[in-house]
Amino acid sequence: MVEVLRTGLYDSIQDLGRLGYQHLGVPTSGAMDQYAASLANSILGNQPEDAVLEFTLLGPSLRFHISTAICITGMQSDAKINGRSVSNNTVININQQDRLSFGQRILGSKGYVAVLGGFQSENVMGSRSMYQNITQKPRILKNDQLSILQLTLINRQPNAHVNTPVSHFNSAQLEVFKGMEFNRLSRVQQDLLFKKEFMVSKDCNRMAYPLEGCLENNLESIITGPVLPGTVQLTPSGQMIVLMRDCQTTGGYPRILQLTEMAINQLSQRAPGEKFTFKIA
Amino acid sequence: MSSYKLTYTRFSERSILIQWPEEIDPKIHKDLLRYKENILKYSKDIIQVINTYNALLLAYTTIEVDYKNEIERLKLLRTKTLAIEPLQTKLWKIPVCYDVKYGLDLEELAAAKNSSIAQLVQWHTEAVYKVYFIGFLPGFLYLGGLDNRLIMPRRQRPRPQIMKGAVGIGGNQTGVYPNASPGGWNIIGNSPITFFDAKAKQPCFANAGDNIQFVAIDINRHAEIRDQIDHGNYKLESEVGNG
Repeated sequence: MVEVLRTGLYDSIQDLGRLGYQHLGVPTSGAMDQYAASLANSILGNQPEDAVLEFTLLGPSLRFHISTAICITGMQSDAKINGRSVSNNTVININQQDRLSFGQRILGSKGYVAVLGGFQSENVMGSRSMYQNITQKPRILKNDQLSILQLTLINRQPNAHVNTPVSHFNSAQLEVFKGMEFNRLSRVQQDLLFKKEFMVSKDCNRMAYPLEGCLENNLESIITGPVLPGTVQLTPSGQMIVLMRDCQTTGGYPRILQLTEMAINQLSQRAPGEKFTFKIA
Repeated sequence: MSSYKLTYTRFSERSILIQWPEEIDPKIHKDLLRYKENILKYSKDIIQVINTYNALLLAYTTIEVDYKNEIERLKLLRTKTLAIEPLQTKLWKIPVCYDVKYGLDLEELAAAKNSSIAQLVQWHTEAVYKVYFIGFLPGFLYLGGLDNRLIMPRRQRPRPQIMKGAVGIGGNQTGVYPNASPGGWNIIGNSPITFFDAKAKQPCFANAGDNIQFVAIDINRHAEIRDQIDHGNYKLESEVGNG
C-alpha cells in the first residue's frame, strides 16, 4: 500500500483511458501525457495499460508500506527518496517505509509515478482513470491508501536510463491537422492562426486548455458534433479552447484544428503563461 | 431512398468523420444509424462509432490505418447499407415529478408563456422525443421534438449546482441531467430514474434512435420510485417500436 502524506496540486490515477464508451457520453480520460506515462511503465517492465499516478506542477508526498520499484517520468522537480535526490526515467528501488517527495518544478507540468504492476485502484468500464461519477473517487486526497501489488523486480537492467528530449517539455511549435471547420475561416484568419503566438491560460485543467490570444470570430456555431482530445474549438468571444483528455464527447463550437497525439502530450507539459505557435503536421 | 451527399474526412490520427448535411432531421438520423450498424458489422480495427445529429465518428484502435483505402472501403460499404432491415427501437416512459419543489423555474416559465403550470406539463408530456445521441455528460440524452410553445432561452446566470435527475428546457432543447452538475437550463421537474450507472452492464438504458415520453407523477410516487430503484426492484416501462 502507498499512503498519501500530502497531495500535490492535482493528483489522480490514470492509464490509457476508457476507450469504447464515448457513445454513452463518457470522456476518454487517461494520462494527459501518454508518452511520459507509457515511458514510466516500459522502463519498469510493466504492461502499457498499467495505471500510474499523475500530478500537476507540484508533486505529492508518498510513503510506501511495502517494498517495490518505481519510475518517475514527465515533469522534472527534484524528486527525493527519504530526502536524497533521485533521477527521472530510471528504475528506483523502494524499501518498506521509504518516503517519496518532490521539490520545485524545474521543467514540464505533468509528472508520473509508475509502480511495479501498476496502481490497483478500482477498474470501471475497462479503465482505472479517475473521473467524477465514473470512479468512486474523482482524484487522490490526503491520507488515501493506494493499493499496489507485492512484486519483486526481475530482469532488471541496472543502469537503464532513457532521456526525454527537452523539446518535449518546451517545444515552441505544436503540430496540428486542419479541423473540420478550418475552411470556414477567412484567409486572413487562417494565416493568423499559424503566425500568432498563443499562451496557455491559468484556467487549464484535465478537460481543456483555454488559450490567451484571440482570433477574431465571425463563424456561426455548428450543430452539436463529435469532438476529441486535441480538438481546438473557436468560441464566440474569439477565445480558442484545446480540449484535453477529460473533455466532453460532443460540442457545438467550430472545430478549427486537431492536435496530433504527440502535440497533446506536449501541450499537457506546458504551464500557464507559456507560449507556442501551431504548425501543420 | 437516401441520396444525401456525405463527406469523409480524417479527423485525427486514429479517426474518420463522416458528415451528412448540417441539419437536425429524423430522416438523416435514421439513415446514419443504419450506416453505423453496417460499419460496426463489417469493420475490424474500429473501437467504436459515435453518432451525433448528422455525423459518425469512427475511432480506430491503431494509428496505422491507411485512410485513403479505408475511406474507399467505407464508401463501398455505403452502397450496401440500404438493404438492411429497419432498426428496432424502444419507446421509454420516463416518470417526471413536475412539482414546484423540483420545478424551480415552472412559475417563471408559466408567467413568461402566459399560461398555467398544468398546461406546460401537458405540452411537455404529450410530445414523443427522439433520442438523437448521448453526449456532453455520461448518460445525457440529446432529445428532439420539444413543443415549440415551450421554447425558452437558457437562464442568464447558470446555477452552480443542479440536482441529479433535473428536467430542463434550454432554447429548443429539453433533457434530463444524469448527475448533479452546473447548468443554465430552466428546471421544470425531476425524474427519479437513473440515467447513467457506470457499474451496470448497460450503463444507460436508452440507445440512439429510441424514443422517450415523459409521464407526470406526483411527489409521493417520485419518492416511491426512488426507493424501489435503491432496492433494485424498479423496472422502467418501454414499448417496442420501429423508428
